[in-house]
Amino acid sequence: MIDREQVLHVARLARLQLTDEEVERMAGELSAILGHVERIGELDLEGVEPTSHVVEVANALRPDEPRPSLPREVALANAPDTDGEGFLVPSPQA
Amino acid sequence: MIELTAKQLADAIGRGDVSAAEAFDAYRERAAADDLNAYLWVAEERPAADGGPLNGVPLAVKDLFCTEGVPSQSGSRILEGYRPPYTATAVRRLAEAGAPLLGKTNQDEFAMGSSNENSAFGPVLNPWDRERVPGGSSGGSAAAVAAGSAPWALGTDTGGSIRQPAALCGIVGLKPTYGTVSRYGMIAFASSLDQAGPLTRDVTDAALLYSHMVGRDECDSTSLQHPEAIALPTAERLDGLRIGVPRDALASEGVEPGVLAAFEATLVRAEELGAQIVDVSLPHADHALSAYYVIAPAEASSNLARFDGVRYGLRRDADEGLIAMYTHTRHDGFGDEVKRRILIGTYALSAGYYDAYYARAQQVRTKIADDFRAAFRSCDLVATPTSPTVAFRLGERVDDPLAMYLGDLFTIPFSLAGLPAISIPCGLSEGLPVGFQLGGPAFSENRILDAAYALEQAIGFEPLEVGG
Repeated sequence: MIDREQVLHVARLARLQLTDEEVERMAGELSAILGHVERIGELDLEGVEPTSHVVEVANALRPDEPRPSLPREVALANAPDTDGEGFLVPSPQA
Repeated sequence: MIELTAKQLADAIGRGDVSAAEAFDAYRERAAADDLNAYLWVAEERPAADGGPLNGVPLAVKDLFCTEGVPSQSGSRILEGYRPPYTATAVRRLAEAGAPLLGKTNQDEFAMGSSNENSAFGPVLNPWDRERVPGGSSGGSAAAVAAGSAPWALGTDTGGSIRQPAALCGIVGLKPTYGTVSRYGMIAFASSLDQAGPLTRDVTDAALLYSHMVGRDECDSTSLQHPEAIALPTAERLDGLRIGVPRDALASEGVEPGVLAAFEATLVRAEELGAQIVDVSLPHADHALSAYYVIAPAEASSNLARFDGVRYGLRRDADEGLIAMYTHTRHDGFGDEVKRRILIGTYALSAGYYDAYYARAQQVRTKIADDFRAAFRSCDLVATPTSPTVAFRLGERVDDPLAMYLGDLFTIPFSLAGLPAISIPCGLSEGLPVGFQLGGPAFSENRILDAAYALEQAIGFEPLEVGG
């Protein structure tokens, strides 16, 4: 149902490296899970509205006023690498 | 002191029989000596006390609640060492009400699991039988309360993660109506389902803890004001209460005979208390599990995109370029179950599959909510066993993810519909606790708590001996 290639494709979309062993195992496990999940295909759902959220809250707004936010050094404190002003990341070109 | 419920302890402190400092120290010692792996962090000293109606009764908190300056790792290596700069609203409210942070409890990684075996920090043992799981994902919270290393605890429930471990550990767990407790500061799993709630020794404690968590929070735009004040339960009788039982769902394979027997015996008790047991039909309940295992992973795959080695937690192979850093960090940081769900969710949301999976699952969700609306025209509450089985053996289901998922059969429908439900211990099967689940319409917590309280008195369940 879901083969090696599809697992690798989805893993790429999810920015997730997998070992060869993991690709093999996941293909089997995901197929079993999707096989169960696909039973929703049996239902007649013509015209049924989707529910994305159970609570009917429309436009929870607040006044657009500036407020204090996290100080920069606090926001950076947990980062693996910073230059003191922002988060440092490796070059996308590397 | 340890044998007192949280409410009894708060009252004892209020009378001056014991001081808040003595209570905290006694529990701190027990939590530090915990040998079930229920705790990932224990407070070294009592936080500065400010009084409050809960009088200083300490609280164990599931790891995924952000607590300022205190490790909050959601059971995951990818957040190892993360100390948040702020505290979750639910934890802050309870601290302000007089329930200081005792420790952070172990859980399945990112709350994905039903056995606590998916924690990056090792499994939790069930205090009733150390060769068995405590349930999950709030397994540490449930085990700590059952073993008396916490008076009470906070958990979260996405598809059953409060109710199922409460059932497997012989304690009380309440999943409130979606939105009544702020999600601010909860490390997200599936945002349209995640809800915080209490794990406690009895129904009164659940009501008391919940009453101090509820309320709208401007930091969570999906949070709501509960239309009723949450009262401590007092009902002795159930006269006039109609309890619906979805007989079709109970007939499904995999419900252990001992679980069914304890459940049926509890229905008889309910009748003796004056309740009327009626048959109800939830025709789409059979498909709830399938819909859930599309919706929850889809939301998780999106929520977990933030763990990329940039702002917090683990980082791998920064010298190999940005994409390698992302993909290697996520490979090393996430465990197998989290990887599975990220892949399922990404697949279900990907081009060409969205309509067949995610869109349909959302339609099934509507049908399940409709089923409940129809059922609540002929009954006031719906009852099922919480879990189809008692606590299973460590390792028994780890190689079969689908078998693990099937354990959520009875808890998931309420989750998808956003409805409140409680699990109370209703007896033993093979010497292990069985949970009785009672759910109701949105905002019916007071009714659920009252009915659960009356049943609790009639059942007289003997908890684990925790004194001494």
